[in-house]
Amino acid sequence: MSTQVQSTPTKKANDLRRFSGKSSGVELRDITKIFPTPEGTGETIAVNHINLSVADGELVTLLGPSGCGKTTTLRMISGFEYPSAGQILIGGRDVANVPPNKRGISMVFQSYALFPHLSIWENIAYGLKVQRLPKDEVIARTDAVIKLMQLEGMERRFPNQLSGGQQQRVALARAVVIEPSVLLFDEPLSNLDAKLREHMRDELRSIQKRLGITSVYVTHDQSEAMAISDRVVIMKDGNLMQVGTPQEIYEYPNCKFVANFIGKANFISGRFQGLEGESAIVKFGDGMRYLIPNPGAMEGLRFGNPCCLAFRPESVKLTAEGEGIPGVVKRATYFGSKIEYEVDIGSTVLTVEIYNPQLSRRYQEGDSVKAVLDLDCVRVLPEEKLTIE
Amino acid sequence: MAVNRVKQKSDKPLTHNSGRNDFALLLRQPLLLLTIISIFVLLFIFVILPIFNVFKMGATNKDGAFSLQPFVDILSNPSYRQTFYNSMKLGVIVACVATALGYLFAFSITRTEMPGKRFFRTIATIPIISPPFILSLSIIFLFGRQGLITRGLLGIKNFDVYGLRSLVVVQAISFFPVAFLTLSGILESIDDSVEDAARSMGASRWHTFRTVTLPLSVPGIISAMLLVFIQSLEDFSNPAVIAGDFSTLSVEAYRIITGMYDLHAGSMMAIILLLPTVAAFLLQKYFLRKKSFVTVSGKPTQKRRKIHEKHIVVPLFLGCLLVSAIILLFYGTVLVGAFVKTWGINYTFTLSHFKFVYSMGWDAMKNSIILATWAAPIGGLLGMAIAFLTVRKRFLGRRVMEVASMLTFAIPGTVLGIGYVGTFNQKPLLLTGTAFILVAAFTFRNMPVAIESGSTTLLQIDKSIEEASTISGAGSGHTFRRITLPLLREAFFSGLVYAFVRAMTAVSAIIFLVSPRWPLATSKIFSLFEASKYSDAAAYVMIMIVVILVAIGIINGLVKFFLRPRAKAPGREEVERAILAQGGECP
Ligand SMILES: Nc1ncnc2c1ncn2[C@@H]1O[C@H](COP(=O)(O)OP(=O)(O)OP(=O)(O)O)[C@@H](O)[C@H]1O
Ligand SMILES: [Mg+2]
Repeated sequence: MSTQVQSTPTKKANDLRRFSGKSSGVELRDITKIFPTPEGTGETIAVNHINLSVADGELVTLLGPSGCGKTTTLRMISGFEYPSAGQILIGGRDVANVPPNKRGISMVFQSYALFPHLSIWENIAYGLKVQRLPKDEVIARTDAVIKLMQLEGMERRFPNQLSGGQQQRVALARAVVIEPSVLLFDEPLSNLDAKLREHMRDELRSIQKRLGITSVYVTHDQSEAMAISDRVVIMKDGNLMQVGTPQEIYEYPNCKFVANFIGKANFISGRFQGLEGESAIVKFGDGMRYLIPNPGAMEGLRFGNPCCLAFRPESVKLTAEGEGIPGVVKRATYFGSKIEYEVDIGSTVLTVEIYNPQLSRRYQEGDSVKAVLDLDCVRVLPEEKLTIE
Repeated sequence: MAVNRVKQKSDKPLTHNSGRNDFALLLRQPLLLLTIISIFVLLFIFVILPIFNVFKMGATNKDGAFSLQPFVDILSNPSYRQTFYNSMKLGVIVACVATALGYLFAFSITRTEMPGKRFFRTIATIPIISPPFILSLSIIFLFGRQGLITRGLLGIKNFDVYGLRSLVVVQAISFFPVAFLTLSGILESIDDSVEDAARSMGASRWHTFRTVTLPLSVPGIISAMLLVFIQSLEDFSNPAVIAGDFSTLSVEAYRIITGMYDLHAGSMMAIILLLPTVAAFLLQKYFLRKKSFVTVSGKPTQKRRKIHEKHIVVPLFLGCLLVSAIILLFYGTVLVGAFVKTWGINYTFTLSHFKFVYSMGWDAMKNSIILATWAAPIGGLLGMAIAFLTVRKRFLGRRVMEVASMLTFAIPGTVLGIGYVGTFNQKPLLLTGTAFILVAAFTFRNMPVAIESGSTTLLQIDKSIEEASTISGAGSGHTFRRITLPLLREAFFSGLVYAFVRAMTAVSAIIFLVSPRWPLATSKIFSLFEASKYSDAAAYVMIMIVVILVAIGIINGLVKFFLRPRAKAPGREEVERAILAQGGECP
């Protein structure tokens, strides 16, 4: 009997391990987090009734302006904060009563949070040692991760003897070595300079894909979010504004906030006049009616509601004569790869980006121009929107 | 567009039930819960209950009935009123003098380019770790009836060294390190750039000091004064031997209990002593509540040139030098005193005092060492644990734990001693006369310093370091042992040293608790003192200093050995062997 147990120590340890080594999905059900304000006079709703499900192996980014509740959401998943209401499921299991160290998740902190008094090797092996795995297994798995992260030769150094990028890799190594079922990132790249950030971003994504670990990633850098995510979640003031792939979010924003937050957008106000086939009919102040062939989901828009046309600066062309919305160039800024014009069309000022400016005509400030919209790229959005249900 | 983020408690508030969740999570960490409960039980038995009993004894008569007679007696007794007034006067004077000295040292060391900073720092820590009675001894050696200065140099006969003047000198030197440490912390945390801004607007150094540095250090000054005031009131050993007719509360309470066997009046005296110290302690907490903790960000800050003008640095340097010279004179006197035949009469070298001490036997010294060896790690670890729990964990009664554990700092040893006598002399807590009660007294009396330094350090350490340990799967205990404690090693070390030294040198707390079974070194010195065997006392004190220094060395070695960072990693062959053993292959 005893020999049987002894013959498979690794297997036994594996069975006992809290970290299954298997990735699993995360589901937030109607999660709310309310903090009492420090003065005790009221309450701050940091997260407001959000629902989100992250599929197995997926990388979802929480993106939003400062103070919108991203960190709070992440910390509730990790177990460092407890939701005021709602349920969190990891791998289908409600984790309300599971403390952070038993959730089988791992986290990369903004400040890296490396253990300053332990060597790099011990930093990385820490989680394995906590599980009391056999020594050989600890060494072998740590070594594999060290190789994966290209940290060979630094095992004996202390964290303060590494560069920022190397520290970042150690933090990631420490998080993945325990083979968590979910990996959380709180702005892991914000301490790096721009060049290194792009490099680490790609590296991080490729490792995440290779290991297939379900990941929730917090950032306020929209290009970072676009580059690494399977899906992006846009948050604002504790609310989820939109959830979708980077492409959906960019091309089909569902509200003005999202359209503005991801990239730049122009808005022209009008009134929604119903559908004609697939196309939306929008009427403007001057009585002009436009047919928008590809208006998007137009959630909540009814006949007669105020709405707006939203389109990206690169979806507009300028001509000197012919059809188009008349306007005056207020400013022209040369960026090399593009020229950005600000065109006053009376009711609003449009931002127009003309790429590869060598090929097109250049306008000066004060020139009268006509703005031509690429109607296929125009979306119809409700004028006001606060939350999605 | 501004969404109202602050929701008033309106008709249908969403309750934040994180408190309940904290508790639910605590239930799932039995070890943590057990630790918290144990600490509460300990604090209750060894801090709250004794204090409660002091009040109870003070407010009851001999038959155990409620009575304010002792209180009325004390109030109507002019000599007791004088005692109260004496203590207050002494406390206020010493607070001013010691804080002034502390500010001189703190300012010169933190804000100027004065030479010899390390030396002055060392000087300012000597009084903290030195045994009791030593300064009293040397003031008697120097200014007493046979005093080197009074009799030897000035030829004054029958100079009366006893009284307020000597007490002020002795206490000011004993307690100025407290002011120094508090103030240097404050002065260091004042952002240099604020001063630079004033300077760049053309303000002179003096103007800058008066309008920027001094106002910014006011909370520190007040808090230093309050701390010194507390220490002065609590002090038993110095007034007990050099106060003469100048009666003080702590000594008077002792006299009433040991001389008149009146535990009730003694307790009332203790309460009268306790109230001002606790009040001062709470005030001190109030003044430092906004103290911002500078985090160790690791960002290289520009090395800024401190005050270097000769006309400022030289007077400061001379001032520090003068104070240091006086301190060295005091300690040197005792050293010499231990080796001369008869102070004041025959200054020939002799070892007879050491021989005498030797003939007294080593039991007392051994006991002191044993008890301190128990009390130091218990107090140090408990202190770090309480700092960890109160700073990092959320649980019901966290504030209570914080206050109760720090409270003993404000409880004079005499009062704690009376409380222990009153609490532990009957079943089920019959502990009087045991070593255990002494260890408990040491532990709980000296813990606040460890807690304070632990909390301060913890607040400077990024919380996410410990969260990283948690998320890696470690429970609270593991995180505390492997991450928190090593990061706190400086604070832990100073907590250990402080606890050890204070246990070795305690007088007031144990004066009621020592029993024939456990004689202690300090009570031996006290009795030598009372028998006017000053040179023998000096020899005993010297031996004690040696013991303390050796102990500090050992503690330092142990803390270094166990908690020092080591760059550990397995060797290449070990890695390869492990990989093969795991069924992998090596490149
Ligand atoms: N412990 C707390 N107590 C009270 N309020 C808090 C607490 N933590 C966060 N908040 C509040 O909750 C809101 C959301 O904070 P959170 O840290 O989640 O923002 P964030 O989206 O991560 O912002 P950033 O991009 O700046 O990191 C903020 O208004 C913040 O002030
Ligand atoms: Mg954040």
